[in-house]
Amino acid sequence: MSGALGPFLLKRLALSLLTLWLLSVVVFFGCQVLPGDPARAILGPLADPRAVAALNEKLGSDRPPVEIYLSWMGGLITGDMGQSYAYRSPVAPFIGSALVNSLKLAATVFAIVVPLGIGAGVLAALRAGRPIDRLISVAGLSLTVIPEFVSSIALILVFAVLLRWLPLSATWPAGSGPLVQLQHLILPALPLVIVLFGYIARMTRAGMVEALSADYTRTAILKGLPWRTVLSRHVLRNALLPTITVIAAQMGYALGGLVVVESLFRYQGIGSLVLGAARAKDFAMLQAGILTVGAFFVVTTLLADIVTTLLDPRLRTGGRR
Amino acid sequence: MTDLAVPPVLRLDDMSVSYRIRGRAVPVLSQVNLSIAKGEVYGLVGESGSGKSTVALAVQRVLPANGRLSGGRALINGRDVGALDRAALLQMRAREVAMVFQDPGRALNPSITIGRQVAEAFEILGASGHEARRRAEEMLTRVRISSPARVMERYPHQLSGGMQQRVVIAMALAKDPSLLILDEPTTGLDATIEAEILDLVDTLRREFGASILFISHNLGAIAGLCDRVGVLYAGRLVEEGPVRDLFAEPRHPYTAGLLRCLPRPGLRKDLAPLDTIPGFPPAPGSITAGCVFAPRCALADETCRTIDPPLVATGAGRVSRCHHHDRVADLPHAEPRAAAGTLAPAGTGAGTPVLELTALSKTYGSAPYAVQALRDVSLRLMPGETLGLVGESGSGKSTLAHALLGLIAPDAGGGMALDGAALAPEVRRRTAEQIKTLQIVFQNPDSALNRSHSVRRLIGRAITRLGGLSGAKREAQVTRLLESVRLTARQLSARPRQLSGGMKQRVAVARAFAGNPRLVVCDEPTSALDVSVQAAILNLLAELQAERQVAYLLISHDLGVVRYLSDWIAVLYLGRLLEVGPAARVLDGPHHPYTEALLSAAPSVSGERTGRIRLTGAIPSGVSPPAGCLFHTRCPRRIGPICDTEEPPFTADAHGHAIRCHLPRGELGRSPAPSMA
Repeated sequence: MSGALGPFLLKRLALSLLTLWLLSVVVFFGCQVLPGDPARAILGPLADPRAVAALNEKLGSDRPPVEIYLSWMGGLITGDMGQSYAYRSPVAPFIGSALVNSLKLAATVFAIVVPLGIGAGVLAALRAGRPIDRLISVAGLSLTVIPEFVSSIALILVFAVLLRWLPLSATWPAGSGPLVQLQHLILPALPLVIVLFGYIARMTRAGMVEALSADYTRTAILKGLPWRTVLSRHVLRNALLPTITVIAAQMGYALGGLVVVESLFRYQGIGSLVLGAARAKDFAMLQAGILTVGAFFVVTTLLADIVTTLLDPRLRTGGRR
Repeated sequence: MTDLAVPPVLRLDDMSVSYRIRGRAVPVLSQVNLSIAKGEVYGLVGESGSGKSTVALAVQRVLPANGRLSGGRALINGRDVGALDRAALLQMRAREVAMVFQDPGRALNPSITIGRQVAEAFEILGASGHEARRRAEEMLTRVRISSPARVMERYPHQLSGGMQQRVVIAMALAKDPSLLILDEPTTGLDATIEAEILDLVDTLRREFGASILFISHNLGAIAGLCDRVGVLYAGRLVEEGPVRDLFAEPRHPYTAGLLRCLPRPGLRKDLAPLDTIPGFPPAPGSITAGCVFAPRCALADETCRTIDPPLVATGAGRVSRCHHHDRVADLPHAEPRAAAGTLAPAGTGAGTPVLELTALSKTYGSAPYAVQALRDVSLRLMPGETLGLVGESGSGKSTLAHALLGLIAPDAGGGMALDGAALAPEVRRRTAEQIKTLQIVFQNPDSALNRSHSVRRLIGRAITRLGGLSGAKREAQVTRLLESVRLTARQLSARPRQLSGGMKQRVAVARAFAGNPRLVVCDEPTSALDVSVQAAILNLLAELQAERQVAYLLISHDLGVVRYLSDWIAVLYLGRLLEVGPAARVLDGPHHPYTEALLSAAPSVSGERTGRIRLTGAIPSGVSPPAGCLFHTRCPRRIGPICDTEEPPFTADAHGHAIRCHLPRGELGRSPAPSMA
């Protein structure tokens, strides 16, 4: 019966590749319509136009866009992300280290927010209508609307300046162990935890309330199962399906959308890398950065689909009766 | 039956339940007393809102969060359920009481295999994992599931409704309960599957010896299964007694009213309207003095409105809560139609048919997985007549309706004609006139009406779209339509949620009639409604038909409804017409063996379930239909090899009655009691 999973995965994989290719087209031609050309960006506004033309020719940036795109794609497929104009060196190592940093930050965020959000959502649903439910719902909603830069500054003031519990900068001294790194990561992770907590808690609560009032839950109760077993075996599994999708969708955001937090905490993640590249018109870096974030989005969505499919037999076995 | 040494399996002592709604305690059940002896089957009848499901929930202490036992007690095997501590309550649920709900598709956990869910019931009783699985498989066999090992590996959505309900029953019986509660277990299932489930319950009750509390609005099902019956109205038990006596000679006006609402053999739209119960059930707690039924009762007098009648003995084991229990037989009947036969003309086949289908087929999917949902269906329907379409789920009834409405395109080669003009398969290629001419009334008015629109807007919009009227003309037309579906101007500004189920269905009917249609497809128009409301809607449909000469294509699994409204009946099986003919001829016979089985499966209030023809085996898959006669795999009258290889001819007699069977007409079955009384 799980034989249906193979073709399903292949189809999803093909769709993911198509999405990535479309993204590459959009990113590339989006960069092409930006004003200014690479040589001008490198040489500065006062440089001799002839020097600019010569450099453009040397860089290959005077060729027709389609040709540049094809050679860029060719490079990507063979693992060459191109050369950074700004740093005059291959792009790949920059992307690599920024990605590792971003992943560390995102992992910290989710390690905190997933158990917290799901726990709060489950608790709120179990106490639906009671004060604790109201508290969780209102808190979740109000925290979600606080912009990261506001909460970041408040958190810095409280934890780094006043209480001095946590280091101000997210960047740890070279060669630090994992514990020290974690200490540096907690403070920048918190603003995102605050934003995501409400989403996850509300989604979990909604799924739980639905599953708790479902007929199959009543069936389980009337079987004489202890409440804990009813929850763990019959309620949670069905309740968490929508939450998983939400978490996966937010993962991409946590990786690529952290420009503000990264720059406030002076953290070398992929967000600040992309921002810097856009300012410097460092097209190769910009394109590679965005495409990396996009690839991450696609992968997390695919993972969420797979997990949802594994948990929901109706998707796995089709609508066949 | 009343052995004093053994306490009854279930006893309700003055049990009252209230729900807290907007800060106010609303009584839903008041002082209900009943008891069920060991091995007894007790039926609880009532319409929606009577509190019958609340009884089931209160007995097991699973009332919704706002519900509360406000008085009295429920005792199971002599122990007060309300006084049990947590552990004892779990024990009671695990061992003594089991429950089967209305909608088996939702009662099963969608993400766990059937095997796991059934085995779980045994694990609670202390069986090891392996042992539990073995016993689960054994239990599935006992509820007549043919390949239990395969079903164990499946998920609920992969089973049919009848199979799902068998699984739920298997789970319930796992604990060998002393009390089994069945809450509308067959509502929403096909007539033949309903009969199968009722048979199963009847057999199992003997095998297991459980007492059964059978909750249903289906009087026929209760009559066939129960020993005693209690009638619940507005939270009060109004009558109780042995089921045969009580249904044969009701001693409470409400019971009598319910029984008379049923379209029974001998009643037809052109002879007399169905009896109805005027008015609506009271809102819980709104009647504080006198009899709860007094506002709707034709026998009510001043005493009834001031003094709440006590339960009085009216015969052997019978009680009734009525001051006038000895005058129930005097209740007036509905007036017969002025002259029999004036309401609908008998079909003679002359003139242009409003609908003509020629060789209509529909294939879903492509070879080798193609399913033929309709095979070569040819039908005609004259203006002002009703064609009843009968068959089990998967017989192609809905496909036919969808093709007519332009929701699916039939296979090339077939033809549809409306009023003699070809009807395009796609809605957008049909003329505005054709769209007006052909309308539909759906089964469930809740999902058919936009919740956020008022009645004025719902009907007005239909008039603008279909009738092309606006402004004052439109308003006038809204009023006229409202009157013709017996609603008043008071309901104009109401939204669907403020209306009762019957009123909503009237709005849906008004909407369908907005453009003066000539043909209305009625898809199970009353199966979501209570019997008293059903009678009113059927009367309405019959009267509208007589006034406007509109034709109906009626799809229903309720043969009583089909019998009452139809002039013609067509029987579908696996997308193939097995029989078509004038309603009386199809019902009385000679008829096709399949029609005969369908007719015998319909439960009746007289409780006679003898002579029921049991169809063995499941409906064959549409992917690989049987060769020869499509019905031969389940046919109780199969003659021999000719049935397996050769499809019978389909020729009509002089009355237009065609039967697709190799048996000569003289040997085909007939109904024991002709429908034309």
